[in-house]
Amino acid sequence: MNKAKAGDWVQIHNVVLPPGERAPQVPADTQQVPFEMRLKGFLVDAEAEVGQDVTIETVIGRRIQGTLVAVNPAYPHGFGEPVAELLTIGRELRALLEEAAQ
Amino acid sequence: MSRDLSYEAVMARRGDITRQAVGIDYAEFERSPIAFDYEGLMEQTGYSLDEVQRIQQLTQVGNTPLVELRNITCLARKLAGPGKGARIFLKDEAANPSGSFKARRASVSVYRARQLGYPGVACASSGNYAAAVASQAAKWGLKCIILQEVFDSRGLGQPEIVEKGRACEAYGAEVWQLSVGPELFYVFLRILEETGYFSASLYTPFAIAGIETLGYEIGQQVIEREGRPPDAVVITHAGGGNVTGTARGLRKAGCTATQIIGASVDLRGLHMASDHDFNRKSFTTGHTGFGVPFATFPDRADVPRNAARALRYLDRYVLVSQGEVFYATEMLAQLEGLERGPAGNTSLAAAFCIAQQLDRDQIVVVQETEYTGAGKHPSAQLTFARQNGVEVRRGDPRENRPGQAIVIPAHPGQMAVEELDLDGIRRSYVRNALQRAGSYQPTEADWRFLAEDCHSTVEAVRAWHTAE
Repeated sequence: MNKAKAGDWVQIHNVVLPPGERAPQVPADTQQVPFEMRLKGFLVDAEAEVGQDVTIETVIGRRIQGTLVAVNPAYPHGFGEPVAELLTIGRELRALLEEAAQ
Repeated sequence: MSRDLSYEAVMARRGDITRQAVGIDYAEFERSPIAFDYEGLMEQTGYSLDEVQRIQQLTQVGNTPLVELRNITCLARKLAGPGKGARIFLKDEAANPSGSFKARRASVSVYRARQLGYPGVACASSGNYAAAVASQAAKWGLKCIILQEVFDSRGLGQPEIVEKGRACEAYGAEVWQLSVGPELFYVFLRILEETGYFSASLYTPFAIAGIETLGYEIGQQVIEREGRPPDAVVITHAGGGNVTGTARGLRKAGCTATQIIGASVDLRGLHMASDHDFNRKSFTTGHTGFGVPFATFPDRADVPRNAARALRYLDRYVLVSQGEVFYATEMLAQLEGLERGPAGNTSLAAAFCIAQQLDRDQIVVVQETEYTGAGKHPSAQLTFARQNGVEVRRGDPRENRPGQAIVIPAHPGQMAVEELDLDGIRRSYVRNALQRAGSYQPTEADWRFLAEDCHSTVEAVRAWHTAE
């Protein structure tokens, strides 16, 4: 979904500090990349497309500007894949416990 | 006139912004460039144990169950030498409203913000504390802003932190997701200045007072059930608050001889501010990246004087590997029917090993658990680790290499704690404190402060300094 209208739940992005303006104590690899922020809220503009500068109103009612990067952003996390290295641990431990009980 | 919002200008205003945002004038407690009145700060700006208990009752925080881990104890005894294998108990802190002991810490901070009439609270945390502050803010009707360090320059978020962001949003908070770097603190200061919100810092006297009830409850519950205090309490150590608050609470319950053992996950070698290293770790707290620097220099915190001073209380400090903590997490789920963690099970992994060093009639308490869920789960973390080039395999946990290989023990008998030399950490602490005081010459009172602050003697502290 690339288009949003006023009131839609969206995510914005901003570069807070570009490379070269980062804190002096930051290691070399981090110095080379920008310091970025993402924030979600309700779109204030009548309509907008991903990539445009917009204003959002956050859940606590603050207005913040930024580049629209996602409309109705989903949570990307889950429980991952079954991990073979974990699957047999329970069985192994229960066998040891049975040995201990005997 | 508009304020200068450049990095340098905002950082230069940090003292004023912090004073306004936590409502404490730390200058009152300063005694010299080295020493400050720690107990005075705790008593005059914190809350008494009774007051904290009352505050926490208002929002269903605390009074969590203490459970005996009978099957895990049995397994530890099978592996231990004759006569060894202490009973292992666990304080199920996941029963708190936001799913971790951090609700205790947040409860007093948010109550304080409400009492002082702040319009909202802001908090910089990527962990359980953020969710705890958001939850407490919801209960007290305060607006809440959370800042998290969550994604690298590819835009890839650490699953555990993404989950914490989701939890904060579920409690109605505005969540700022930031990329890797300490400049998060710069954004935090800007937001505090702009909003006039209370800073729910992890390191204020009220945040630490909130944890004292945890140590106090453990002391009381063990004494009530077993007729004597616990022999050892194992505490996951990061910024120092967990150790400090728990140890103070245990003392208040009369458990003055209980050994205070800190445990961290070994992430040595990974740089905490490195964009590359950020997503190569499977634990976002309770690790050496916070545990060691905060022990050797506690005042690196976001307040002028950190009320969390782990070195004052630690009797032992041990490390476990990421693979051992995942293994302990499986153990807890499969043998005790408790799906918790994984990061909160750092102290469980350590306690399983320590119990085998103690006698059978002794008692060791694992001081916390935390909720588990999407992102905050061994399979989520190990899938993510593999996607980021980290090798995952069964084997000898001594082959674990932070950022390169997570080695899950092939057998529970391979689990072992690595003992960190506390005197070495104390020496670093003293060196840091004296370096920061510049040309100032320490007085007798300063040497006494340093000795107390690192749980040592004036003679030892002076000898370390002379040997430098």
